[in-house]
Amino acid sequence: MRRKVSAGLADAIKYALLAALVVFFLLPIFSLLMASFKSGKELMRYGISFKGMIPPRFDPKNFVYLVTGKDGIYLSWFRNSVIVLAAQTVLSLGLSSFVGYGLGVYRFKGRNAITVMVLLVMMVPLQILLLPLYAMIVNFKLMNTYQGVILPFMVSPFAIFFFRQFASGIPKDYLDAGRIEGLGEFNIFLFICAPLMAPAFGAMAILMAQQSWNNFLWPLIVMTTGEMFTLPIGLASLLTPYGNNYDMLIAGSCAASVPIIIVFVFFQRYFISGMNAGGIKG
Amino acid sequence: MKRKSLGASLRYVPYVFVLPFLISFAVFYVYPIAASVVMSFQNVVPGRTAFIGLDNYRRIVDQDFFDALRVSFTYTAVTILILIPGPLVLAAMLNVGRRRTNTVFRALYFLPSLVSVVVAGTIFRLIFATSARGMANTILSWLKIPAVDWIMGGSLTAMSLMVAVAVWRWTGVNVVYFMSGLQSIPEELYEAAEIDGAGPLRKFFALTVPLLKPTVIFVTTISVFGGFAMFEESYIFWRGLSPNNVGLTLVGLLFKRGFQQGELGLGSAVGIVLIAVVFAVSMAQLKLFGFFKQEEKE
Repeated sequence: MRRKVSAGLADAIKYALLAALVVFFLLPIFSLLMASFKSGKELMRYGISFKGMIPPRFDPKNFVYLVTGKDGIYLSWFRNSVIVLAAQTVLSLGLSSFVGYGLGVYRFKGRNAITVMVLLVMMVPLQILLLPLYAMIVNFKLMNTYQGVILPFMVSPFAIFFFRQFASGIPKDYLDAGRIEGLGEFNIFLFICAPLMAPAFGAMAILMAQQSWNNFLWPLIVMTTGEMFTLPIGLASLLTPYGNNYDMLIAGSCAASVPIIIVFVFFQRYFISGMNAGGIKG
Repeated sequence: MKRKSLGASLRYVPYVFVLPFLISFAVFYVYPIAASVVMSFQNVVPGRTAFIGLDNYRRIVDQDFFDALRVSFTYTAVTILILIPGPLVLAAMLNVGRRRTNTVFRALYFLPSLVSVVVAGTIFRLIFATSARGMANTILSWLKIPAVDWIMGGSLTAMSLMVAVAVWRWTGVNVVYFMSGLQSIPEELYEAAEIDGAGPLRKFFALTVPLLKPTVIFVTTISVFGGFAMFEESYIFWRGLSPNNVGLTLVGLLFKRGFQQGELGLGSAVGIVLIAVVFAVSMAQLKLFGFFKQEEKE
């Protein structure tokens, strides 16, 4: 009996602690949302404070300004981000699943060597490749183009590895059945195995989309004219020391974050399983 | 196993599958790395590029370089010291008890990692505002500490700011890693320990921590990579111009030399030094954890 009571108490303390931490993680996001209804001038002077965090009235003028202000540049950034996200996600899902499937299903000479290469590439930080990649994009005349942002990330080593792990679990019977039906190897991939890998596509689609949406360093280098900026670059360009753009910056940050948070709420399972693929690595 | 008619096609088909990777590997990884090494020995001026031996490596060693090295090392060390034990304890707490509630907590902790680093930087800039009314300074005032100029106030406040962003963004991610590691530990071990009279603390240190070692090694390794690759947070706070280099990281130095000053050779030399540092630190870390010994045993 006593044991039960003390266990209950321990449980209560545990959940009180965990709940307190939620404040640390969510208060910044919540306060940003609230700040988007305030004037940029006030934020510039006082920052975000506890007192008066919730605005007296929810005036949507900052969000109206997003659409109408500065000749609608925010809309261009949003459009650029959507185009890059769509192209990059579709291309890298297609190519990475193709390669990962090949590595997972077939036994061939060089298979292990290529798998090791994939793992090695996963560990190379992009930052050290920046300068030569930049020189390359300049030579190809791809500065300020969507292709320039997308090309280096067309094939994702992480996704290849994820698909490889997934494909190696597909029973060989499926492939043999396809062969008996007279399907070629590529059609077996397309019509039999790709549908079987649907959960892997789900997990990777979300991961690729999130990475593309938030990608900062590479687009910062490739896109140099205002109307070609993606959202993160555009928002960062508003972060001047004078704070004269805070109206657009804060509302724009909210509008850029909301889509990804909504996707997360609905597809949480896929996010987590995509992440767990990282655990396989270790 | 293989049927004869399939033999011929199966011999080349796998190579068609891996071709996209091989091409992108050659063009976007092997070539740039090679080019980086070559450029680090060159004075890169369009039309008049020339080899200058080790000059770039001699020229990068200056005050900026030591500052960047110090900031990157400190940042990596501090974030690892917080972002391994903290999430490990949280994951252990979330691994027992009410499953549904725990899943909700895990999701809420994960949320900050979804927003872009620019948005995170913007939020933290406003929370850590210079004004005494800013959230961070208000908390300090509760502790009877005078208000601080976080962004321009020196290396301690600058480092706190960068670490705060990292802890906010990455705690939830590491919790997910540790929870997935915990799920591979058989329940029976805990039951056996309970029969032997082990309390929760004893179970944590005698079972959870040692059995999670592979996950700890994995998370530490990616944290070393991530720590030394840090640049964006500092770019958002200071635009590459922090007072006394309080926010200058190694990647920041690469960016400054290569892009802001247009010295591609110097920037490449910084990049090569960065690879060497990351490689050395990772190896030291893996050795410390006995990773190689473990491999030999298997």
